[in-house]
Amino acid sequence: MHKQPITMSQLSTAIKVSNLNFYYGKNKALAGVSMDIYKNKITAIIGPSGCGKSTFIKSLNRISELETEVKIEGKVEFFGQNIYERRVNLNRLRRKIGMVFQKPNLFPMSIYDNVAYGVRIAGWRPRTEIDEIVESAIKNAALWNEVKDKLHTSALGLSGGQQQRLCIARALAVKPKVLLMDEPCSALDPIATTKIEQLIHTLQNNLTIAIVTHNMQQAARVSDFTAFFNTDESRVGQMVEFGATTQIFSKALDERTRDYISGRFG
Amino acid sequence: MTKHGKHNPGNKSEDLAIELLQPLSGRRLIFNYSMTAIAFILSLVALVPLLSIVWEILTRGLSGIKLEMFWLPVIDDGFANAILGTIKMVAIASAISIPVGVMTGIFLAEFSQGSHIAKFVRFINTILTGVPSIVVGIFVYGIIVITFKQFSAFAGGFALAVIMLPVIVLATEEALKLIPNSLRLASASLGGTRLQTTFCIVLTAALPGITTGILLAIARAAGETAPLIFTALFSLNWSDGLLSPTASMSVLIFNLYNEPSPEKTALVWTAAIVLLCLVLFTSLLSRTLISKRK
Repeated sequence: MHKQPITMSQLSTAIKVSNLNFYYGKNKALAGVSMDIYKNKITAIIGPSGCGKSTFIKSLNRISELETEVKIEGKVEFFGQNIYERRVNLNRLRRKIGMVFQKPNLFPMSIYDNVAYGVRIAGWRPRTEIDEIVESAIKNAALWNEVKDKLHTSALGLSGGQQQRLCIARALAVKPKVLLMDEPCSALDPIATTKIEQLIHTLQNNLTIAIVTHNMQQAARVSDFTAFFNTDESRVGQMVEFGATTQIFSKALDERTRDYISGRFG
Repeated sequence: MTKHGKHNPGNKSEDLAIELLQPLSGRRLIFNYSMTAIAFILSLVALVPLLSIVWEILTRGLSGIKLEMFWLPVIDDGFANAILGTIKMVAIASAISIPVGVMTGIFLAEFSQGSHIAKFVRFINTILTGVPSIVVGIFVYGIIVITFKQFSAFAGGFALAVIMLPVIVLATEEALKLIPNSLRLASASLGGTRLQTTFCIVLTAALPGITTGILLAIARAAGETAPLIFTALFSLNWSDGLLSPTASMSVLIFNLYNEPSPEKTALVWTAAIVLLCLVLFTSLLSRTLISKRK
């Protein structure tokens, strides 16, 4: 997992967040977050509990609107298009920006149907084409050898790690441009975690990934860029520092980042 | 561990071992045992009515049971037309109440969170649950039987539908609420619309719970008498079609319990057994569906 030095000129931006304020009802959860998520790179978002990491990542595909009443100020541009513009079709947006959740949330159906669901709801396709998409998605999620003989058995019979990789396969099947991962390994054992991390690495050639993690070593291992989030005195989340992962972990500019990374709080 | 303790007198681990081996005090023991005994005896008492019903019906009914009862109409001392009437009317009631009830449940659980109209619908539904079945009967008598000047299986089925509807609405809403929100988010994150999420994911996952609710509603409707007495009325022979008076098992029991002829008395008890088995079978079916879900 050797990382090559990155020169800024090679980077293009997939998601550009400018001055994002986020409210749950009347409570401000995020204040003035501005950062870029670069195309075909892995961006880790770290920070102590309650600092708004999950809130932030859920605002990038507008999934937080489904959970509670939220209010957003600022701009989130996805390849130049502000996703909070009124005309944006949320269903199309969420197909382009996929998501993997904290706990595996497979549907109570077969392994095959889980992966095929996202393809089927987008419109009719011939059976052979769906077969191909399902197979390549599961292969991309490095799960094919484990499940190829039981594609039509219930997905809920898989182990936790396999379920989470199937969730990734399900998200890949609709061919997103960006994959958001909200602490995807928090419910998994170390071996399953390693497999997911390897998977994230192989995916980055064709995919932009943003991953929220509470595990700093994981951020250091998998990501190219790291954003450190923290709460201010009034318990509103904000982004403290953003930079290349090597720089954040070796010579962070902000004292709070250094303290967090050296384990002095959080 | 105790052996180890004996070799080291005065050791803390020995004190702990002694404490662990000591029985509870007499008062606590007696209290425990007596409470367990009381709970056990009261559960037996609760079983008495149920078991005595089954016992009474079986001892009185089994002796008079004859095989030809299953294909003869009431006029020939059978109950075939009554059982067919019950099935017909429950089928009509299901055809009306299941689509309406399930759709209302979906609306309440998935599409109308916290809106005034949802609160209103839920309130009306709660009232409907508590409406006495005889009132439902007189209501259907008023709007259907008087209008068409005809007692009919359709009117009976409609009355049973009014009985089943609130049960199905409630069961559907509860079953849908049990489906974790994470599944809805998963579907939305794949680009699923509200409608696709509800019908492809949430409804599929909640199907065992909804089916259970429907079966319980059917079991309840099959045993109802009051709504049928003056909507479907009764008929001693096979009824012609859905628009004429129709016999049912429960009204058969109600109409014939006072008959002097021993054939009719035997018929009442046998009908009671069959009705009981019907309801029991439906409940068992819903039980197996629940256990499958877990």
